[in-house]
Amino acid sequence: MRRAVSALVRKDLRVELRTGEAVPAMLLFSISTFVLFHFALDRRSVDGQLAAGVLWVTLLFAAVLAMGRLFVAEREQGGFDGFLMAPVDRTALLVAKAAVLLCFLVAVELAAVPAFAILLLGPSPWAVLPQLCAVLALADVGVAVVGTLVGALGIQTRTRELIVPILALPLMIPVAIAAARATAPLLVEAGAGGLPGRWLAVLALYDLVFGLLAYAVFDYLLDD
Amino acid sequence: MFARGLRPLSAVTVALLVGAFALVFFYAPNDADQGFIQKIFYLHVPLAIVALCGFLAGGWFGVRYLRTRDRAHDLRAYVAIHLSLILAVAALVTGSIWAKAAWGHWWVWDEPTLVSFLIVFLLYACYQPLRFSIEDPERQARTASVFAIVAGAFVPLNFTAVRLAESFSHPRVLSATGGSMPGDMRITFLVALAAMACLFMTLWKYELTSKQASMQLRALKRRLAADDDPWVPARRSAAPQQL
Repeated sequence: MRRAVSALVRKDLRVELRTGEAVPAMLLFSISTFVLFHFALDRRSVDGQLAAGVLWVTLLFAAVLAMGRLFVAEREQGGFDGFLMAPVDRTALLVAKAAVLLCFLVAVELAAVPAFAILLLGPSPWAVLPQLCAVLALADVGVAVVGTLVGALGIQTRTRELIVPILALPLMIPVAIAAARATAPLLVEAGAGGLPGRWLAVLALYDLVFGLLAYAVFDYLLDD
Repeated sequence: MFARGLRPLSAVTVALLVGAFALVFFYAPNDADQGFIQKIFYLHVPLAIVALCGFLAGGWFGVRYLRTRDRAHDLRAYVAIHLSLILAVAALVTGSIWAKAAWGHWWVWDEPTLVSFLIVFLLYACYQPLRFSIEDPERQARTASVFAIVAGAFVPLNFTAVRLAESFSHPRVLSATGGSMPGDMRITFLVALAAMACLFMTLWKYELTSKQASMQLRALKRRLAADDDPWVPARRSAAPQQL
């Protein structure tokens, strides 16, 4: 299982390094969205709940881009057939794809969050960096799991590019609620408040529920 | 297969619906604050509760389908979710009318139950497009079942998250203490809820029977058609096409 997962992850990361398909697009999308928010809100800087909302809407929309691409190579170039013929547990594909999506999200956030701090954010995020990273990590795990599930659902359809966003956005609303509420006190102009524990608990619960759910149903999404 | 007991069930449904509306209009008292408009509550809340139960039932039949690979379960899930979507639209519309009458706005964001319901509705509204865009019937049934299970598990999670995010202001009808309804209102409400549940069951069974009949008809037509006849396929639909 571990070997299969690491082989799949290495394959996907290598493809991404060579083609640069998902992460640069997500990053460009995020930065364009920050610029759009600047003009749409007509604000030089944002803070508090508004900053948290802008950051999370942008990151979640960028994640939707990667979800649609996640299984395209498997479907178009016979990767599913190859994987199904290999004598490995099917859950390996779920774990590997979720890990790959998590890597993409972290890579995008490493650049997009500093870009957000420079372009739009009023208060400096340095002081609250560890708390911010905790929220980002918890939310990313949930988005990665849900994204893998949605990507695997969408790849079965003819209209992947339509189905993936309309499925992903309602499913991610609890993440948006919890992550934005947890981030908001960190980004207040008057000085960062504490990290609200109950929103981290909601994020953790979301990760747990969807992790178990994805583990239970993912096998059925692969062709027999 | 699906038509068993349909006639008595229909009779019970008609009786309960007539009884429920009679109670609503002639027995239940007008609300002290809101007056007559509060009676929409006897329609709105049962609609919402039955729609949510129908969504969850869709998830349950999804599990059954994946376990047994019996197409009948997929058809049951499809019809349950399809009907629940219709009830959900009605619940959102009646909720909106009630909100306008009671609070002066068509939509109130600090209503966790209403907002959660909208999110759940938006998610389940993807069920039909998802099915429609998959042609292979086996894969369609499998994918739709996975979706129904995921969405079913999402319902309680979503209600928790939205409830935490908003202040408490929706009247808690079915709380542990029974809410704050006087006895005659509660009886009316329970009868209305039972009537709506029966209506759902009846419509569900009728729809299943009709779908099964048209499948049989199509199979017979196909058998009658000579080999050189061009077989005219059914109009494309998101519904399961065969059992």
